[in-house]
Amino acid sequence: MTTGTTTMTKETILKVEHLSMKFGGLMAINDFSFEAKRGEITALIGPNGAGKTTVFNCITGFYKPTMGMITLSRSNGKELLLERLRDFEINKVAGVSRTFQNIRLFSGLTVLENLLVAQHNVLMKASGYTILGLLGLPTYKNAAKAAIEKAEYWLNKADLTDRADDPAGDLSYGAQRRLEIARAMCTSPELLCLDEPAAGLNPKESLTLNALLRDIRDEGTSLLLIEHDMSVVMEISDHVVVLEYGQKISDGTPDHVKNDPRVIAAYLGVEDDEVEEIEEKLDKGIIEEGAV
Amino acid sequence: MAYTTENNQSGLMAKAIKEGIFAGLIAFGMFLLFVGIETYQDINNQLVWRTRWGLLAVFVAVAAIGRFVTVGFIKPHLDARKLAKAKTGVLEISDKKSFFHRHFLKIALVFLLCYPFLAMLIVGRQGSLKYVDNFGIQILIYVMLAWGLNIVVGLAGLLDLGYVAFYAVGAYSYALLSSYFGFSFWLLLPMAGILAALWGVILGFPVLRLRGDYLAIVTLAFGEIIRLVLINWTDVTRGTFGVSGIAKASFFGIWSFDVGAANNFNKAWGLPSSSVYYKMFLFYIILALCMLTAYVTIRLRRMPIGRAWEALREDEIACRSLGINTVTTKLTAFATGAMFGGFAGSFFAARQGFVSPESFVFLESAVILAIVVLGGMGSLTGIAIAAVVMVGGTELLREMEFLKHIFGPDFTPELYRMLLFGLAMIIVMLFKPRGFVGTREPTAFLKERKAVSGSFTKEGHG
Ligand SMILES: Nc1ncnc2c1ncn2[C@@H]1O[C@H](COP(=O)(O)OP(=O)(O)OP(=O)(O)O)[C@@H](O)[C@H]1O
Ligand SMILES: [Mg+2]
Repeated sequence: MTTGTTTMTKETILKVEHLSMKFGGLMAINDFSFEAKRGEITALIGPNGAGKTTVFNCITGFYKPTMGMITLSRSNGKELLLERLRDFEINKVAGVSRTFQNIRLFSGLTVLENLLVAQHNVLMKASGYTILGLLGLPTYKNAAKAAIEKAEYWLNKADLTDRADDPAGDLSYGAQRRLEIARAMCTSPELLCLDEPAAGLNPKESLTLNALLRDIRDEGTSLLLIEHDMSVVMEISDHVVVLEYGQKISDGTPDHVKNDPRVIAAYLGVEDDEVEEIEEKLDKGIIEEGAV
Repeated sequence: MAYTTENNQSGLMAKAIKEGIFAGLIAFGMFLLFVGIETYQDINNQLVWRTRWGLLAVFVAVAAIGRFVTVGFIKPHLDARKLAKAKTGVLEISDKKSFFHRHFLKIALVFLLCYPFLAMLIVGRQGSLKYVDNFGIQILIYVMLAWGLNIVVGLAGLLDLGYVAFYAVGAYSYALLSSYFGFSFWLLLPMAGILAALWGVILGFPVLRLRGDYLAIVTLAFGEIIRLVLINWTDVTRGTFGVSGIAKASFFGIWSFDVGAANNFNKAWGLPSSSVYYKMFLFYIILALCMLTAYVTIRLRRMPIGRAWEALREDEIACRSLGINTVTTKLTAFATGAMFGGFAGSFFAARQGFVSPESFVFLESAVILAIVVLGGMGSLTGIAIAAVVMVGGTELLREMEFLKHIFGPDFTPELYRMLLFGLAMIIVMLFKPRGFVGTREPTAFLKERKAVSGSFTKEGHG
């Protein structure tokens, strides 16, 4: 498994090619292509309404893209075209799991139950699609025990062990975010897509989140991340893609993107002449340019 | 100090009087046409009307005095008690539950097992017929139906307004297959369940793509379609005449309850001939069926499929993102619920000896759903209590002869059953908006099992 983050040339896990998504007359995504590498944290950033969530929804099967191809390479060498899979198969067959911009927990279930629901497909198989489980066969009992152990493992990582038996809706906002990530990880994904995981977190929570995400990456899961919080993005991502009005405006290492005048313009919403100004400054070498 | 309390007192009385008069006025407005005026047919078949001012006055007086007493005395008393409790520091929620509370389920089960014999001991053989049949069996049928619907509505969060269709499928499966082919009850009971489940899948497949209100309307329509088919497919179902002379259930094929049969149960055991024994037998069958429903529901809740149902109720989109096939998950909930409806239906047919489409009107679906909601969606205990209150209550209202002394000899309590049913529902919903049992038992726990407060669970939207 790829655990290291440096040196060896990494294979691509997700390849998005010429993705377009149209809502009525609105071109939310326009001919967007990028790649995410296995074992890396890839960040997708852009101003509000740029179309980031829409890209996620296309990748995870909640929208059928108007055009384009989304290829996922599994570690066993299989290649899957995500836009052809049904929504639940993206997780079940392709091993892609996600979180939501507006948290979607099972708020009336306990924290532990949330993590057990995430292991539905494994447990379903072990229970012989319920029938063998109803008879009380040991295979299911063992699988159920293993599921609880796995849940405990992620509870521990997400620092939620103390709250395991409380309803998920009772958790604080930051804890709910962590639980959503833990729940997504309980499906044993190869690619984890996080939609603004740091939104609404205080600086301390933000730091623990960074650690959690690095931990997940180091255990071999690749991450795709939407984030507005630049401290998170620059700190942990290996690769950044910038989207504006549905089009890619920049793509590269965090340092490269940080200094890309188009990104600065898009983020600060500066006038065109100011962009030129920045570009001039760049030319003069006043602002240090990142690796191209 | 004394001055202010006195002032408060007279202010309170003034308020109580004002609210009492107001309630009386509202009651007058509401009941003027319903109670004050009555239409009837005279000898010439003409529709004429007459007034019932006396009865109307009683209604208005009950409302006005009731409101006066509530505002003036009961509420201050309750408030004072709450205040006193808060001062002494006794919390409302105490951890110590009474013996009755902790062992409620065991006590209830033992009581149910003894119930027919108790009835017989207390009111005699013929007198117990009413208690075993009208109360016992009737309530248990509704308990079973409500527990079946609970899987669909309470666990999976799918609002099904046509549940009675599966009850009908079960009843007609037994009625028709036993009259045409002579199959026995014990063969047809599982078959009726399977057929109902099959119908659940067939109806569910196109319907379950819809969500919320749309699902409710379409299931309602399906319920009506089944009823209309039963009415109009006269060659098979005999239409509105219904199917009569349905075979009784036998004692597992060993003894029969038919009076003329050689292996008659009563004769074999040397019992006097009476239908009570058959009713008692039926009571135990439906009790066993209820227990089966409860057992399967409890077991399924702890299986992945049961958790997926509850997760579906909480958030369908999140379910899909976790790789759960929501279509098949919904279908299994629908089919499982339908299966228990089918069991209950075939039992109903065997008990009644007669089925007609009349028994499967929308009102039945509404009553079953009301029981599920009143009981607290998802809670078996709460639903059972609600069924006892609702079905037992309406049966009791038939017996309320003493109401005639209050409202005059013209008053027929049966006719006001539905009114009182509605009133009871409103009262329960005001005081217990989450139903009798508002909390949810978690299906797994790490350290301790804590009930989940109803304020976190969702009702579902699909
Ligand atoms: N289902 C939809 N129907 C119509 N328009 C949509 C739909 N989903 C998104 N859009 C539009 O597509 C555009 C991109 O939205 P999207 O939610 O992807 O932005 P975003 O980059 O995630 O923004 P934010 O940072 O605010 O989350 C917006 O103009 C939005 O109104
Ligand atoms: Mg977004």
